[in-house]
Amino acid sequence: MPLLKNGAVTADPWHDGTAGLIVTVDEWRAQRDTLLARNVPLGLRLAPSDDVETIGDDARRFALIAIDFPAFTDGRPYSGARVLRERYGYDGELRATGQVLRDQLSFMQRCGFDAFEIANPNAAQDFAAAVGEISVVYQPAGDRQRSSAASAHRVA
Amino acid sequence: MVATYHYDDADRTLVRERVAQFRGQVDRRLSGALTEEEFRPLRLMNGLYLQLHAYMLRVAIPYGTLSADQMRALAAIGRRYDRDYGHFTTRQNIQFNWIKLEETPDLLHDLAQVDMHAIQTSGNVIRNVTADHYAGAAADELDDSRIYAEIIRQWSTLHPEFSFLPRKFKIAVTASATDRAALKVHDIGVRLHERDGARGFEVMVGGGQGRTPMIAKTIRDFLPEHDLLSYLEAILRVYNRQGRRDNKYKARIKILVHDLGAAAFAAKVDAEWAEIKDGPLGLPEAEVARIRHHFQPPAFRDLDAPNPLRVAKARTDPAFARWLRINTHAHKQPGYAIVDVSLKPVGGIPGDATADQMDALADIAAQYSFDEIRVTHTQNLVLPHVEEGALHAVWQALGSHGLATPNVGLASDIISCPGMDYCSLATARSIPIAQAISTRLADLDAQEDLGVLGIKISGCINACGHHHVGHIGILGLEKNGQEYYQLTLGGDPGADASLGEVLGKSFSADGIVDAVEKITVAYRALRTPGEAFIDAYRRLGPAPFKETLYAAA
Repeated sequence: MPLLKNGAVTADPWHDGTAGLIVTVDEWRAQRDTLLARNVPLGLRLAPSDDVETIGDDARRFALIAIDFPAFTDGRPYSGARVLRERYGYDGELRATGQVLRDQLSFMQRCGFDAFEIANPNAAQDFAAAVGEISVVYQPAGDRQRSSAASAHRVA
Repeated sequence: MVATYHYDDADRTLVRERVAQFRGQVDRRLSGALTEEEFRPLRLMNGLYLQLHAYMLRVAIPYGTLSADQMRALAAIGRRYDRDYGHFTTRQNIQFNWIKLEETPDLLHDLAQVDMHAIQTSGNVIRNVTADHYAGAAADELDDSRIYAEIIRQWSTLHPEFSFLPRKFKIAVTASATDRAALKVHDIGVRLHERDGARGFEVMVGGGQGRTPMIAKTIRDFLPEHDLLSYLEAILRVYNRQGRRDNKYKARIKILVHDLGAAAFAAKVDAEWAEIKDGPLGLPEAEVARIRHHFQPPAFRDLDAPNPLRVAKARTDPAFARWLRINTHAHKQPGYAIVDVSLKPVGGIPGDATADQMDALADIAAQYSFDEIRVTHTQNLVLPHVEEGALHAVWQALGSHGLATPNVGLASDIISCPGMDYCSLATARSIPIAQAISTRLADLDAQEDLGVLGIKISGCINACGHHHVGHIGILGLEKNGQEYYQLTLGGDPGADASLGEVLGKSFSADGIVDAVEKITVAYRALRTPGEAFIDAYRRLGPAPFKETLYAAA
């Protein structure tokens, strides 16, 4: 699957295991100390139903967290992403996987996703167009963009 | 200038960019780059439905407030893109029923010229925020509820986290002891009130109609103003993560609140809120003041009340006197009145207005009501600020356009969904039933004698016609190709909200009109002097009405 990161399509270093080891929440819970002792970069793969609070401050131990969108209409990962970014200070790669479509990219980005597995040959162009469509925001979110850059008087 | 929120450059930029974004989405749908499955939630997020015969576009009218210019723009859209009319809805919005997909971007462009849009009028998102339709004018209000509705509107607009909720989400706001916004049948109802000289919000959650009607539960009775948005965000986050997504009929927040219990739900919200309440969503006093400034009352004149002209005309013209009694309401400013404009002529389609009527209303509002018009959730309109001395002229002007039916709040002021005449979800017709009932009960003396009586009709179990909270509720269903109608009694949308009860077997399309008439006859016989229908029903229970409907067959 092509990976879109920083606005460009790049090779996915996690794909063949060179970047590190990706685990599930269950694997993390069962083998936390063993995994940490291996001293390799760790990635975490989350389902939308996984409670990111159970990862908590451990989030910062991962170099990659990927949250799955089993359907683009499943909005749970947006909340999970914000909680990881805003509550637990996670600042590694936050990747959207599953049904990732052009018209949801800007919402995903605003909630803190910065990498996207997207099955679209024009992913880079689409991304650039999609995230530039709406320049005004009315509320704070996981991307820490100030609300309505054009008018500093708005809420938050 | 109308006392409502006025867009600044940022607001205009957002709406303009949203039009361009949607134009792109429509282009990609028309070219086949987007599948209908992919396009569907995108068009719904922008108010575009595919109905039985055509696309329907629902335009947002935040808290039901329109300027005269905006009303004229709606009239122009009705002429250019629809069949010379529009339909005002129970969410204080307007719908256009005969829209072509490829023309939608141009229509939205036209709307944007008057700072209007269709953002979040459908889809599984936070919908257009509603408020008291008399806000800023009612004698009994504590504050203008639109100030807080506007703050919530901005926060909820294109909210990135809450754009794919389990199901749609409706928020209503009031700031008066009288609930004119049906708070308790909303996903969230917010009521500003005062305690020991301080102001705070009562927050109710989990109300709704549909196939599982529920009355909202209060989960916080006194929320400080500063915390309004962070607390709403906590509710939405709990719902977004924990609301059911496996069954769309169990996906509304009311099911989550019911399944967990209100106390357990409130505890989850509190836990989430504790994490975010001191964050960037805190509502600064300066921001509230900035929004409040837009809602400064218009430049009222110092007037004596009562106005002698109104008094004299009412004495000599009984038809005017009746309209005054029924279609005007106490204003907070001495010498002014709130005028209800009925969109329920006898035999008419509830909520419909022609383009000519919209233009006429715009002119009347410009001349007599500081340019301002409101849309009510009962599918009527309001001129909020009319001088008493102008009431007779306003009555005549409205009357010449068929807009002065003196029936607001009475039996023929029926709420009805579009039903089988338009809607692809409907199981039965509802508009013809409304037309037949308003014709049967047309006599104005008899209606006034019946007093406040809310008849509400839905053409399917989704309850868009609010039948659960009708004093008399009618639900249209279908079996073996035959329409039939279930009758409920005792519902009410007010502060003391209740859901109607089914009394017995259903009726045919003709039979339901007879049944409603029988209920009115029984009520007249059973009431104590001055007792309203809902009070009589609550005192007597269903038994005597059941007797009337089903006994002497």
